[in-house]
This record gives sequence, C-alpha cells and structure tokens, in this order.
Amino acid sequence: MQAHQRMLDPTPNGLHSGESPLLQTLGLTKRYGDFLANDSIDIDIWPKEIHALLGENGAGKSTLVKAIYGLIQPSAGEIRWQGQPIVLSGPSEARSRGIGMVFQHFSLFDNLTVAENVALGLDGKESFKDMSARLEQVSKTYGLPLDPRREVWQLSVGERQRIEIVRALMQDPKFLILDEPTAVLTPQEADQLFIVLERLKAEGRAVLYISHKLEEVKRLCDTATILRGGKKVETCNPRLETAASLARMMVGGEIKEVKAPAGRKTTVPRLVVNDLSLAPGEAHGVRLEHISFELKGGEILGIAGVAGNGQDELFAALSGERLSKDPGTVVIEGIAAGHLSITQRRKLGAAFVPEERLGHGTAPRMKLSENALLTGHAASGMVNHGFIDTAATLKTVDRATETFDVRKAKRDPEAASLSGGNLQKFIVGREILRNPAVLVVSQPTWGVDAGAAAVIRQALLDLATAGAAVLVTSQDLDELAEIADRIAVMFHGRLSAPLATSEATREKLGLLMGGSSLEPKEAAHAIGA
Amino acid sequence: MQLVLEKRAERSNTIALVSPLIAIGLTIVTMTILFAILGKNPLLALHAYFVAPLTDGYSLQEIAVKATPLVMIAIGLSLCYLANAWNIGAEGQFLIGAVAGSWVAVKTQGTDAGAWVLPAMLVLAAAAGALYALIPAICKVKFGASEILTSLMLVYVADLFLDYLVRGPWRDPHGFNFPTTAEFDPVATVPLLIEGGRLHLGSIIALLVVAVAAILLGRTIKGFEIRVVGAAPRAARFGGFNANQLIILTFAVSGALAGLAGIIEVAGPVGHLQPGISPGYGFTAIIVAFLGRLNPLGILIAGLFLALTFIGGEQAQIAMKIPLDVTKVFQGILLFYVLACDSLILYRFKVVFPNRQVARGTH
Repeated sequence: MQAHQRMLDPTPNGLHSGESPLLQTLGLTKRYGDFLANDSIDIDIWPKEIHALLGENGAGKSTLVKAIYGLIQPSAGEIRWQGQPIVLSGPSEARSRGIGMVFQHFSLFDNLTVAENVALGLDGKESFKDMSARLEQVSKTYGLPLDPRREVWQLSVGERQRIEIVRALMQDPKFLILDEPTAVLTPQEADQLFIVLERLKAEGRAVLYISHKLEEVKRLCDTATILRGGKKVETCNPRLETAASLARMMVGGEIKEVKAPAGRKTTVPRLVVNDLSLAPGEAHGVRLEHISFELKGGEILGIAGVAGNGQDELFAALSGERLSKDPGTVVIEGIAAGHLSITQRRKLGAAFVPEERLGHGTAPRMKLSENALLTGHAASGMVNHGFIDTAATLKTVDRATETFDVRKAKRDPEAASLSGGNLQKFIVGREILRNPAVLVVSQPTWGVDAGAAAVIRQALLDLATAGAAVLVTSQDLDELAEIADRIAVMFHGRLSAPLATSEATREKLGLLMGGSSLEPKEAAHAIGA
Repeated sequence: MQLVLEKRAERSNTIALVSPLIAIGLTIVTMTILFAILGKNPLLALHAYFVAPLTDGYSLQEIAVKATPLVMIAIGLSLCYLANAWNIGAEGQFLIGAVAGSWVAVKTQGTDAGAWVLPAMLVLAAAAGALYALIPAICKVKFGASEILTSLMLVYVADLFLDYLVRGPWRDPHGFNFPTTAEFDPVATVPLLIEGGRLHLGSIIALLVVAVAAILLGRTIKGFEIRVVGAAPRAARFGGFNANQLIILTFAVSGALAGLAGIIEVAGPVGHLQPGISPGYGFTAIIVAFLGRLNPLGILIAGLFLALTFIGGEQAQIAMKIPLDVTKVFQGILLFYVLACDSLILYRFKVVFPNRQVARGTH
C-alpha cells in the first residue's frame, strides 16, 4: 500500500515524471534489538535536488543516512541506486558508486597536512603530487579555498569542514550527504556553503541535507522529508511551509514557547572576570586572552562563537577545573576565586553545566543518585562526616525528576540509560535545585529534543528571575536570542564586548564570529591594552 | 549466521554476579582437558583440587590461612584498580613489609622486650609497605612513569633485598647456614586462634579489612571518589576530585595492606624470615581482586577459592604427581576467563543472520 501511495505522490516540484530517482529507499527498516530506529522509510532523491532530512534527535536521521552510505546494513527493505536494487558492503562501495558523505564530526588527523588527510580518505591510485594538484583545482573550482600544505590543527572549524567537503567532491559524487553542516559555521560561512551546494545542484548532482535549522532548510532545499520516532511523517516542499509547520511535523505537536517572566531585575555583580588570560592546557588548545566581563544577578549573558574558539577553555577556567595563578581573575559573589578549586567555587554558590553530558557532566555508568552526589557533595548536605546520605541523594533525583519532567525507566537508573534530553534536564535540574548564585552552562540544549530544550531554557530564565547570574555558552544563535540579555562572541580565545540582544543582529554576530571587529578603532585599542 | 557483541543499555547486574562463576566453569572445563592431556584422570584430579581439601579440618584451616594474605592484599589492590591506578607490585610491598616487621623481631630477639613487639612489627610493616608503594605512585604523578612497570620491577628489588638480609646480616648463627633468621620470640609471633591449630589472628584482621573496605566503598564520600575517578576521570575532575592525590592514597593503602599481610605471614604461619615466604601471594591477589569483582565481599569469597587451589594443588601433587606449576596455570587461565566474561556485563552476544533485504523486498 505504501508503494502505491508513493507512486501516486506527485514529486513536489513535479519535474521527474517518467524518470527514476537517483536514489530510493523502499520500506527501509533498521532494528536494534526491540528498538525500531527506522521503520519502513521510503525516500526518493532526484538529481538536481537539495533534499532536506528533518527530524529531532533520535528521529532516525543518522540511521537512515548510515544505511544509505553503507555503514550499517538495513534489517529489511531495499535501497535502489538509479533504479537498480543495491546492497552496499560498506562506505567504500558507496563512494565508488558515487555516494559521498560529509560527517558532522570530522575524521581528520590534526598533525597531518590537508593534502595528507585527503590522500588518506581516497582510494589512492594517483600519485600524491597529482592528487595535491587536483585538490587545489577542486577547491578553487568550488570556491572552497584550502592550502594543501597546512597542518589541520592550524585550521578553523570552517576550514576543516572544507577539507571534508573537498575530499568528498574529489570523488566526483553524484549524490552528496551532509550531516548538520552549518552547526559549526558562522552565518557568513553558511552562506558560502549554500553557494557551493547550489552549484552542485546546477551540475546535476543531488544533495541530502540533514539539519534542524528550519529557516535554512526553507531557503536552500527543494524537498524536505521529515522523520519522527523512526517513521517518515511527510515529504513536502519546505518553501510552501512555515518554520512553525515544519517544527510541528518534527515534534508532532506544538512546542511550548519560552517566556521571560516579568519583573526580572538586575542586582549586584555576582560573576566578574577580570583580564583572564590562560595558556592552553593541552596541545592545540586555545589560549584565553584578556577576557573580561561582568555579570549581575538577574541577568543572562550569552557567549556565541564557532566551536573551538576557547569556549571549553573558558568553561574550565570559570569552573575551576583549571586554575588561574591570579585569584582576582575570577570573582564569584565578591570573592576572588581564580585560584580556588571547583569544590570551593561551588561552596561560594556557583554551579556548572558542561557541554558533554556523558563522561563530563555525569559518570555514564553510575546511577543518577551518585551523579547527584558528584556535584552535590560540596555544598548540598549530602555528606555527613564523610558518610554519604543516600536518602538525600535520592531526594535530589526525585526532585529533579518532578520539577524538570525527567523521564526514565526506574527511580534511579544509570545516567547512560537516559535519552540526551532527559539526561540534560536532570543535569540542569541537579544544579538549579542547589539554588546557585551563579550558573555557568555550556551548550544547554545541544542534541536535545525540542520539548526538553524548551524546559531547559525556561528553567534558565526562571533562575535568572530568581536573582541568579547565568552565563550561557551556545553555538545556537536562536537560543541565545531567545534567552540572553546580552551576547558576546568568542573568537581565538578573545571575548568581544557584549551587545544588547536587541542590537545583536545575525550579521553583527556573524562578523564577530568570523574574527572581524565591528569598530576597528576600539578593537585596536583593546589589543594594545 | 554470525555472532556479534552488542552493547547493553545498562550494565547487567545479573551477569556481574554470574560472570565469575561462568569463568570458574570455563576454567574447570579447560583444566579437565589439560589433565587429560597430561595423562591424569581428570575426575580424580578435580577431586583432589576442589573436593579433598574441603573434607578435613586441617585443610580447611589451611585454606583460611592461605586466604588471609590473599584477601588483605586483594582488598588494597581493588582500591587501586577501582581508581584506575595499576599497582602490580603488591608482591614487593608484601616482602618489604615482612622485612621491616622482621627487623623489630630480629633486633629484640632474646631480650625481655614486652608485648609492644608484635604491634610495633605490624605498624612498621604497614608503613614500610606503604612507603615502598609510594615510589611508583610518586613516579607516576610527578614524571608520568608507568606505575605498572615501576611497581612490578620493584618486586625483584624487594625479593633480592630480603635474600641478601637472610643470607647476610640477619642469618641465624645456629641455623646450619640455611638462609633464614632465627625463629621469632613468642612476643613477636601472631597468636593462634585455636591452640595447636593453624588459624591465627591474621584471619580476623583480614575480615576486619574486608568490613572496613565494604563500608568505605559503599557508604563514604572517599569510596565514591575512588569509584568515580576510575569510572569517569573527567566527570571526577568536574566533581572536584583529584586523580593524582587518589593514586598516591590508594597506592599507599594497598602497600600498607600488602606489607601488613607480609609481616603477618612471617610472624604467623612461617615463624621466621626466609626466602620464599610467598608463593606469589602478591600476584595471585590480582586474580583474587578481579575474580571478586573488585568488591570486598566478592574478594573474600574469591580469596578462599584461590586458597583452595593452592591447597588442592599441593594435594594433587602428593596424590597424583601433578606438578605444582599446574596451579599457576590454573590461576592464569582463571584470570583470562574472568576478564573475558566481564565484557558480558556491558555487552551481550547476539546471533545475526546475513542481510537478505534484496531477496525479501517489500513488494
């Protein structure tokens, strides 16, 4: 019946009558144990098409793409390439047929040059010299400038992505899959990428574009297939939809809007950073340079920036995972804390939520109650003369569960068994329940479903309303626009002066994220200082 | 059809309990084959190993005596291993503890020193074991030297040092040139629990150590710190725990326990210092620690089980002329299976049939 419906479905732009799609999946199903990651998915991808694959985390996008790229074998259903059923033995077969993929997480060797990295990814029949020449030529043709001789660690995230794209293009693919390519780009870099994709389309290639940025999809894509809970919900023309209607299809309902509670007042400075400079703790890390800002109670400061510009280092310096020699560089609640350990900073009323949920924010194989103890042992009355008050740790779990709607299979499961969104709600809840004076949170809704993201953003707003100072680092500009009062941008270990959110346009932020300054004179002065 | 390992959503507590038993089962199967190859009747050999020692009181006491050092050392090692600190040199710490404690015994020999001698021996042995274990720990923390190698190499240093002492300065002048000290005075001897038996006070100390470790790991923040540093180092740092301090601490504690076990062995069942006071307790304790799932109670049971193999090995040698080295083979195979079975706690076997999606397309 599905097949029947599919044949009746007019393709959205109505151009393909009589031809067969470039790639087609028919009833593609992937089962992991009892879990259906993909449930009988039909998708048609035509030449000259930029096809969006939309869905929340866990909707089955990655699974589908991995099956198409030969990384996993479907449990049932088939894949057709130019009308012929195929079974892909692995990615190299996919590549040889003309399917290329650019992953969200790059697989590059930091200490090798661009050309060496590309050579490693190709099935090398040509000489290294020929390959380098071709690399330069391809990168020039598509407007993706790259110096083949530079080592990868010296490159920005955007440049690293270029390597991955050029590497894929050098195989002359008919079909290119891109997994969340703009997640790591500035708005301007994203615009450049769109030009490249339009060009690929004009050359007759097809692109499968995975994203959850709906405006972007509306702008760029001809077709969108929406997945939810492993099933295909709809294939539509995104240009005829609104962002809200696309979001409804992704989520399967309305998303609760985040509201800034009325009556928020800023009070005294609760977190002050004075001229903080810190050498990187590890090779290829980012040096923090002269970072200063002041954050009052009742205020949310957003820090934007492309990943890898020192946000992790700043988090470590603020949390006390890395110490500064000068106590005055970090002042929490009026007390110089640059030299204090994370436990001592917690005792001053600070709380922290790192970007990595598993392995940093929690010990994955430990129970939630133990993970409550992980950050609560310092100042939450969970420890009596060195003995753990198990009842108190369980109470924190219960309160976080209730207040932040954490869904889990049992009262006290292992952290790793929770979904990303639920674990993040637990982690944020664990810290907020401590009534912190200062909350430093990194990527609060990274990889979290829309429902959980709304809960978390609301919680941050409520915390600020209650008088806490909240510092949010995020790569999601929409998120910062939604909750932050002011936004500053990190670039190469420096932090720009904060802009009021009302004045922080995408263009301005994009320029700052790319390292340009808004007011050249002032910037020159800052560097001289 | 193929067999794949699939990750479990949550660790399986059932398998965590059963895995040592599976390992023991597999070891026994392997040993059966080995006995058959050696030309011995496997049933009789297994009987000699595992059943015979349990049938008479003397052997039962002897099992407890052998289990005492194993359990004490393994408890210390389990703290190290939980914290991701790899102390392989407990044998050396055991010997150094024996030497340091014996120093008091040798120096007070024949004097009218009072009841303070034995406590002093115990304290000194624990301190010496701790200090000896601190050498690899500090090298690790300060210079990044692999504690696995340094702690292992120090075993041989300790072994030769003991050898030198009993052949040189501490040799019993009336000992017919045997490399041994004189028998310790009664005040320098660990008291027996049953007159004329073998069971001594050390076994009680071992039980106390088990109880303290169980409370430490299960109930205290320090125990939590040990577990979380090993299980998730970055999360531990985020929690405010210092992994380097913990390496120092766990090495010191495990060294102290090994040293204590050393002097208890010398001042108890052996009665004097001599080479060969340990049939490899420090190494066997590594197996005990893992077979016991790094859990104090588990270690107590595992310690008794491995002690049984020591006694059984002796009986099999006497009764069936099976070489004593077979016991070591047995222990090695057991460790191998324990580590292999542990992967089943986080993974499970799954039978997968080759993909046939083309053959059964949807239409």
